[in-house]
Amino acid sequence: MSDIDIRAAIMEELGNIAPEADLAAVKPAADLREALDIDSMDFLNFVIALHRRLGLDIPEIDYPKLVTLEGAVAYLTAKAGRR
Amino acid sequence: MVDFRMPSLGADMEAGTLVEWLVKPGDKVKRGDVVAIVETQKGAIEIETFEAGEIEQILVDLNAKVPVGTSLARIRTELEPTAGLPKAAVAPPTAVVPPIPPPSITPAPPPSAGPVLPQPVLPVPAAPVPSVAGRMRASPAARRLAEQRRIDLASVTGTGTVGAILRADVERHPGPTPSAPKRAIGLDLDAMRTAIAAAMARSKREIPHYYLEHQVDVTGCEQWLARTNAAQPPESRLLLGALLIKAVALATRRFQAFNGFYSDGKFEPSPAVHIGVAIAIRGGGLAAPALHDTDQLALDDLMTRMRDLVQRMRAGRIRGSELSDPTITVSSLGERGVEALYGVIYPPQVAIVGFGKVVVRPWVIDGAIGPRSIVTVTLAADHRVSDGHAGALFLADIGHLLQEPDEL
Repeated sequence: MSDIDIRAAIMEELGNIAPEADLAAVKPAADLREALDIDSMDFLNFVIALHRRLGLDIPEIDYPKLVTLEGAVAYLTAKAGRR
Repeated sequence: MVDFRMPSLGADMEAGTLVEWLVKPGDKVKRGDVVAIVETQKGAIEIETFEAGEIEQILVDLNAKVPVGTSLARIRTELEPTAGLPKAAVAPPTAVVPPIPPPSITPAPPPSAGPVLPQPVLPVPAAPVPSVAGRMRASPAARRLAEQRRIDLASVTGTGTVGAILRADVERHPGPTPSAPKRAIGLDLDAMRTAIAAAMARSKREIPHYYLEHQVDVTGCEQWLARTNAAQPPESRLLLGALLIKAVALATRRFQAFNGFYSDGKFEPSPAVHIGVAIAIRGGGLAAPALHDTDQLALDDLMTRMRDLVQRMRAGRIRGSELSDPTITVSSLGERGVEALYGVIYPPQVAIVGFGKVVVRPWVIDGAIGPRSIVTVTLAADHRVSDGHAGALFLADIGHLLQEPDEL
């Protein structure tokens, strides 16, 4: 799976959580929780959705790597490549 | 014969609009079945019956707005003899939750139809009916499936009796509608703001609040969560919020002056603990539906139900009993925001517990200073029912319970 596919998956799942947000305007290094007003329950649902969709193990200890858009793409791409 | 009435779904509700019947005369219902959908200021609410039996007669037409307490339908209960039908071998309903009495400001009008006349089946429109006021007729199963598949119900052709969309209709649908509106139907944020304003203004007018706060070390909870969650897939992981709610539920069982309803000049403690979980709605709304029997739920079950409650609330699909019967409210800021939250009691409840965000602070343990994770827990309670002394013990008990996450 390419990083383009992974980015698309991330964007779509974020869109499900924050339907009113302008995702294109979110800076790659911005904290998604602040930029999209995501609470811990939303974030957990985001992780659950990515886990189901991509089939990747996302341990809780790695959550800090997922809090920015660029971080999430890099982390999940690396995970997918290692399978 | 019992009446199925327009329930009161909160202190602020005076009337509701019946937008969908999910039953027709002759249908069998059991306690807890959703029989109708009512549009209120809090959105479209699924209304359950508290009685089992057979729908005898429907008394209110679609899209009629009627006051709380109005008879909507008649249900022939299972204990009553039915002509030509063998009596079902079902035990009489036990521990039935009484229907919520209408608030005194809105006297229940007499039933609109005569008392005993046998009534023919309610007139059913012959042709498929277009959706009314943007709302589609669709079965709950169809709605659920459509939402899962992100299909706009407006693009589905219904083949049900009155043009209603059935699950099979959604299954036949090719796929998600491009640019379908993502905002959930049934949630009107302006109306919700009006409802919040009415309830909170009443609270501040009538309830003499007193406030207490307490700092609780939740480092142990965080360590326990990290250990527990490490071995779990994401959908089985717990959030600190689940521990906080369970601790309040257990403390509430011991301190009954904070759990129940104040009405007509006196307090009725509730034997059951139904924690109202304050849920923020994106775009600016708030509701606090109940997690039923919170004190009886194991943590993983509590977590699953809390996730489900949040998702259904945000999707505008909440049940009437969940809105009307919280016995105490918990409001938690989560991991962002500020350190303390002072709640406003939701009448007729008598207490609200608030949790701020967790912060790392220098803390003294065994004579040495070290960094610990601290959460500020607050209590706003009704001085007509309890005093600061009892409130302090209640808050302290919540703090103690959070020191032993294994026991929650």
